[in-house]
Amino acid sequence: MILTTATAIGLMGLACGGALALAARFLSVREDPRVERAAELLPGANCGGCGYAGCADYAKAIVLEGAAINLCAPGGGEVIGKIAQLMGVEAAAAERKVALVLCGGDSGNAPRRFAYNGVADCRAAHAVDGGDKQCRYGCLGYGSCARVCPVGAIEITAGGLAVVHPGVCIGCGACVKACPRSLIRMVPVSRTIHVLCSSRDKGPIVKQACKVGCIGCTLCAKLADNGAIAMDGFLAVVDYDKELTNEAVVEKCPGKCIVQRSMEGATA
Amino acid sequence: MKTLRSSFKVPGGVHPDYRKQATRDKPVQVMPLPALLRVSMAQHMGAPAVPTVKKGAVVARGEVIGKAAGFISAAVHAPTSGTVKGIVDAPTAGGAVAPAVEIEPDGRDRWTDSLKARPDWRNAEAGELVAMAAAAGIAGMGGAGFPTHVKLSPPPDKPIDTLIVNGAECEPCLTADHRLMIEHADAIREGACIIRHILGARTLRVAVEDNKPEAVAAMEKALGGVEGDVAVVVLKTEYPQGAEKQQIYAITGREVPSGGLPMDVGALVENVGTCMAIRDAVVDGRPLTERVTTVTGTPLARPGNVLARLGTSYADLAGFCGGLMSPAAKVISGGPMMGLAQHSLDVTTSKTTSGLLFLSPDEVEAFTSLPCISCGRCVEACPAYLMPCEISRMVEAEDWEAAGWYDVMDCIECGCCAFECPARRPLVQHMRQGKAWIMAKRREQREKG
Repeated sequence: MILTTATAIGLMGLACGGALALAARFLSVREDPRVERAAELLPGANCGGCGYAGCADYAKAIVLEGAAINLCAPGGGEVIGKIAQLMGVEAAAAERKVALVLCGGDSGNAPRRFAYNGVADCRAAHAVDGGDKQCRYGCLGYGSCARVCPVGAIEITAGGLAVVHPGVCIGCGACVKACPRSLIRMVPVSRTIHVLCSSRDKGPIVKQACKVGCIGCTLCAKLADNGAIAMDGFLAVVDYDKELTNEAVVEKCPGKCIVQRSMEGATA
Repeated sequence: MKTLRSSFKVPGGVHPDYRKQATRDKPVQVMPLPALLRVSMAQHMGAPAVPTVKKGAVVARGEVIGKAAGFISAAVHAPTSGTVKGIVDAPTAGGAVAPAVEIEPDGRDRWTDSLKARPDWRNAEAGELVAMAAAAGIAGMGGAGFPTHVKLSPPPDKPIDTLIVNGAECEPCLTADHRLMIEHADAIREGACIIRHILGARTLRVAVEDNKPEAVAAMEKALGGVEGDVAVVVLKTEYPQGAEKQQIYAITGREVPSGGLPMDVGALVENVGTCMAIRDAVVDGRPLTERVTTVTGTPLARPGNVLARLGTSYADLAGFCGGLMSPAAKVISGGPMMGLAQHSLDVTTSKTTSGLLFLSPDEVEAFTSLPCISCGRCVEACPAYLMPCEISRMVEAEDWEAAGWYDVMDCIECGCCAFECPARRPLVQHMRQGKAWIMAKRREQREKG
């Protein structure tokens, strides 16, 4: 009796094993081995900064769909070079970019219009008559950007201002999307001169709302002469594609909103 | 005519301190014209009206200065005669910015010549009367400001058999509707009869809370000769007895389905002020240009019920009531439960401004909200059978879909949950965030087709 059972089970096992072996041989999905290797090369932070759902998805897109190979901000030039080698293409070296909050109006510089006592979230605060800050463009400081940062690179200072630590930032751009006031911009790490203001109001209104706001005087745009700082209405905007050589703009800015700040320093 | 006593208790509900003593016995005072009226184009729910006048134009009272932008919108009329000083972007009580027409009164307060009255409304077609309500720019004056002509045009497959006139005024501190019922009961009755005529509704109920016996007596007297199934229903004093869906259940025993409208159960609720506005629009042909607002609070010198033109600034209203004797820590447009905190007295009165409340520093407590301890008091307090604690946590986690599954859209934003919450969580704001997200998503989907 026990012999019959053992034989039957054994035969069934053998038959199933054979079927699986055949299936593995004839029904297998042939995967490009480069997908796995590309995924290994990527940093594995799954930050989503490239626009794909994680590193594995991006690796697949590079190999199978021919996606651009220079989209991985955290990986930087090194990873791009290795992937270029793997794919046998030229590496389009892109400079590392980090996030920068274009506002300098902390509590000492920019007053608030009213006491907001609600959900501590910038989008929620912004929905209440455009936020409690007198400046309708400035950083509200309720930390919506800091909460989405996958590496904790954003600090909300005691003065209620979001500040990105460039040494920690991996450049994924999640904070850019989270800010309801679109204050955060990705800037190349080599650049040191920045306009830390996003107010499009006219000068007198800016002066009332902030001590370090752009009053739209156009002086910096004239000093920078090659268009590295251009006026967008009443706001000076740095064009990071153009070289900015004239460091006098920092000193001369009457609104004191142009600052010199290194983006490469490792701060944490 | 009969008087019914309702023993109905709102599911959940709370009993805040009513504080109506300061103004309940004060007759409505007519406020003189201020130096400038800033008439917002967004005084109602739906699309803001579009200004139709230009700077320098001379307007007469009742002349259209903003035309309705679509079906769910309402026209805006000049509250007095004068000169248009300009069209500016002005803050609204709801925290938005909307265009507003600034009018400098000429002091003559001359009505426009083109008023069309229909004192013989009993012979008029329903459609004509609804058009008159729309032309008069009437929006729900209880607070939500839903354009009244929309409510008066139910689809033919949803007949309305019961009209409820809402005089509950369950918000603490407010007495505008209370005074209106005492002083203008006949006008409210006539307005209600016009609405009943429009809808062909057989049953008329006037709902009043039992803390307003004078209003009950006045409405009983006024409704004396009205034919049909007419009754004053005396509700137990409890917040929120004035909430539309809860009131329908209290009076008819019919439950408005989740996501549905009162018309789904054959009922319509209109505020007493709205009824009076309809009467003025039909019988006198006069559009909505003024309303009664309760201006109250301990810092105020002379709290009172004020009949003010739409577009009167909150600063002017406070000034008319003697100004502030002591500093105010908080200013609320509306009542303390559902009203909206204001940061500027430049905001002007609208069709929905039922009250203006000033709170002194010792009445306003600074607090920080703490994590939910799952005590369930908000669930017990919710008159819409929701679980505010759960929804609030979903919104915090930005799990908007889950908030939708937990029926955040059925929230009436009455504030009972936040009133009860021992952790002082901003529950209503979370609800509003959830609702706003779902509305935006629906709009997106509609646009996609």
